[in-house]
Amino acid sequence: MKAVDDITFSLKEGETLGIVGESGCGKTTTCHALFNLLPPGGQLMGGSIHFDGTEITAKSQKEMQKIRGKEMAMILQDPMASLDPLFSIFDQVGEPAYHHRKLRRNSLKTQVEELLGMVRIPSPSIRMKEFPHQMSGGMRQRIVGAMALAGGPKLIVADEPTTNLDVTIQLQYLELLKELQDQTGVALIFVTHNLGIVAKMCNQIAVMYAGKIVEQGTTRDIFNQPQHPYTDALLKSIPVLGNKDPLYVIPGQPPNLAEPPDGCLFHPRCPKADQRCRVEHPPEVVLQNAQSSVCWMTHKEEQHA
Amino acid sequence: MSQISSVKNATVLIFPSIQRIILKSRNLPILPIAIIVAVLFLAIFANLISPHDPERSVKDTETGRPIDNYLPPFWMDGGSIRTPLGTDFHSRDILSRLIHGSRVSLIVGLVGTLAAGLVGTTLGITAGYLGGWWDQIIMRVTDAWLALPSLIFAIFLASVLRPSLWNIVIILALVFWSRYTRQIRAEVLALRERDYVRLAEVTGASRLRVMVKHILPNTLNTVMVLFSLTIGVAIIIEASLSFLGIGVPPPKPAWGLMMADGRGPLIAGKWWISVFPGLCIMLLVLASNLLGDWLRVRLDPQLRNR
Amino acid sequence: MRRFLSVRIFYSILTLWLLTIIVFTMVRLTGDPATLWTDYPGVSEEDLDMVRERWGLNEPQITQYWKFVSNIFRGDFGTSFQFSMSVTDIYFQRLPNSLLLGATSFLISLIIGVPLGILSAVKVNSRWDSIGKLIALLGLSVPGFFVGLCLILVFGVQLGWLPILGKGDQFFDIRYLIMPAFSLGWYFAGSLLRLTRSSMLEVLGSDYVKLARLKGMPEIVVIAKHAFKNAMIPVLTLAGLQLVLMINVAVVVEVIFQWPGVGSLLIEALLGRDFPVVQGAVLMAGAMIVGINLLLDVLYAMVDPRIRISG
Repeated sequence: MKAVDDITFSLKEGETLGIVGESGCGKTTTCHALFNLLPPGGQLMGGSIHFDGTEITAKSQKEMQKIRGKEMAMILQDPMASLDPLFSIFDQVGEPAYHHRKLRRNSLKTQVEELLGMVRIPSPSIRMKEFPHQMSGGMRQRIVGAMALAGGPKLIVADEPTTNLDVTIQLQYLELLKELQDQTGVALIFVTHNLGIVAKMCNQIAVMYAGKIVEQGTTRDIFNQPQHPYTDALLKSIPVLGNKDPLYVIPGQPPNLAEPPDGCLFHPRCPKADQRCRVEHPPEVVLQNAQSSVCWMTHKEEQHA
Repeated sequence: MSQISSVKNATVLIFPSIQRIILKSRNLPILPIAIIVAVLFLAIFANLISPHDPERSVKDTETGRPIDNYLPPFWMDGGSIRTPLGTDFHSRDILSRLIHGSRVSLIVGLVGTLAAGLVGTTLGITAGYLGGWWDQIIMRVTDAWLALPSLIFAIFLASVLRPSLWNIVIILALVFWSRYTRQIRAEVLALRERDYVRLAEVTGASRLRVMVKHILPNTLNTVMVLFSLTIGVAIIIEASLSFLGIGVPPPKPAWGLMMADGRGPLIAGKWWISVFPGLCIMLLVLASNLLGDWLRVRLDPQLRNR
Repeated sequence: MRRFLSVRIFYSILTLWLLTIIVFTMVRLTGDPATLWTDYPGVSEEDLDMVRERWGLNEPQITQYWKFVSNIFRGDFGTSFQFSMSVTDIYFQRLPNSLLLGATSFLISLIIGVPLGILSAVKVNSRWDSIGKLIALLGLSVPGFFVGLCLILVFGVQLGWLPILGKGDQFFDIRYLIMPAFSLGWYFAGSLLRLTRSSMLEVLGSDYVKLARLKGMPEIVVIAKHAFKNAMIPVLTLAGLQLVLMINVAVVVEVIFQWPGVGSLLIEALLGRDFPVVQGAVLMAGAMIVGINLLLDVLYAMVDPRIRISG
């Protein structure tokens, strides 16, 4: 089963890339592939994954351990599950700093305090002696953020970080992430199904469907002129305040990746699909503005424009 | 700005894990079922299958006198095919005693566990559903009862009751009921909140009716799993009691009893009297444990990790 | 933590009390207790009356129960018929032997069960896992006394390496100790393996373990520091319950190997119709279980910060 099929994207320093798609489209697997930490039964076949000048696919697990947590870090969806209930905050936030940057004792303590301060945890010197179950959900996710920063990474991947948070706190957290990015210059990859978040946080977007990237481009371009029907549908399904029309829902279900349909993977649900779409898989079409889309219809749009 | 990361033409394949494959296929655990069926068969048709009378010594066909005792199994020196697994001190055929002994193990194991299940489930359902002081009492008693070690309690009961087959069944019921009660009660507490139960209550069904018609059928899965897991322990307890001499009274053959009889000869090197019944016990318990595991995985995914 | 513990202590005391009620009623429900005291042929009605007088069996049940409990409270379990000493004396004389056996078995089970369980979980679905699962299954299905007999057969009789019966003259003699301890620990090793394995598997699939790996922690740290400690908590609680079962198997194992502990004492008393000892041993066994459970709760409270700080 191809969880992720022949994807290509790139990211520059300080940029934020948003990976958007429904559940099961392969966005989480992509992130794990970046870290070379696939689940048991998963295997990387072909292609290259480049990070900061080195080839990830060529590295052994031991070598990867030096990179993970230090050069690249991840924030997961569920803050409670991300933190080990048996160890103190200091212990967990300090772990990457201890292992990767070899900080000890006082410098370690100061560093943890500093990190907790950066994620706006009040009274960090007291808090760090406490345990995860004593914190609120929003605080926990911020601590996870501090953990991610502890190694001094160049890239942070956030996999649906606000999905499990209270709606009222979500915005705060996003703003915090943006602030941290401004402060440290770290590159962000944001994985989400929520286009609203993408609009706010990201300058580049990659839309994934059934394991493939179906459209890529800058946030502005994609929102203004979506090329792929799936992207179009996603944008249409964002509810607009004041609009009383029924919500647009994409008909059908994502395909079973163990038995994918012929031709374009989206064709069973696509309003614009024609005979060619059902039979032949479309190539990637790159437009002048570097926006790309994997759709037979893209040509036609260009011709019209 | 320099590039921090680039991914080119990467593909990730995921192979479904072996466990998922096993769970998807309707793999019936053939071996355990076969063993249990075989033992059942032996128990039911013991009189027809067993070559000799288990309670009397085997007689030499020509002279009419008892043949040698302590004959080894047929594949060893001195053994004869007429008594394939050897003879014991009283020149009784081991194989025949094994076959008849299955009756005791099965009856006691099955009926005892069933009785325990009946009592335990009833108490569990009533405690969980009716609540209040009844629940409190049952819970406390159950907890205390669970603190009683099964075999020791069984030994204690065996000392106050006269030894007999049915008394052993009663003992087993008394020892094991609390296991059912605790787990069933926990499940009933959750079931009680389900919509169809609420609906039945609202439409005026009596509490008895709700318990029998709605709650009971939904606990049957757990009951079956508990049942299959408890049978193994029950059989071992029965065997232990027989071994210690306080189980089913002789001369009725019981596997545990045979093992006890064979203990002395074992030290003198005559191993077959103890080992064969031991193997039988082991196979039966193994089979029921495997069956119980399979049932547990199939019937209740929540219990899977236990 | 204090609240958690005081609740547990309260329930333990309650359980102990219920235990005495259960034992008391069981004896009286099944007939005239006098016959239990004097079960030999040719006992006359007068003898029975004398026994009833002596043991206060003619008084109302409540009074009898009160006497029963207050005696127990003072540590008086009666006098043994066979040994002509108080039940408590004979019990505590034999107890250290059982404790030695139990402790050794526990150690053996721990050494076999936990590492294999961890190995099975870490290398799940591999050959190691299959071996681990097989050992667990055998441990749970093969009765301890069968293992004991086989061991005697192989090592005692046919190979002649180890002595078969008894305990030997020294307190700690490994040659006498090893076979009974192994037979006793066999079952517990199997269940420990299974418990450790499933607990580890659950923990290894959790997010914080995943995150630890994503943080670039070497695998050993992930397993030893995060996974192990978290996995052991449920193992502790469940293991305590399983430990209880070892007391059961100990009875038969002690009889087989003629190990002079409280298990064989129970059987000797039973066969010798020495009822006070039987009753005393049962009560003590129940009390020990309640005690062990309480101890485990204390351990649990100390290890898990969730209980320690806000429990």
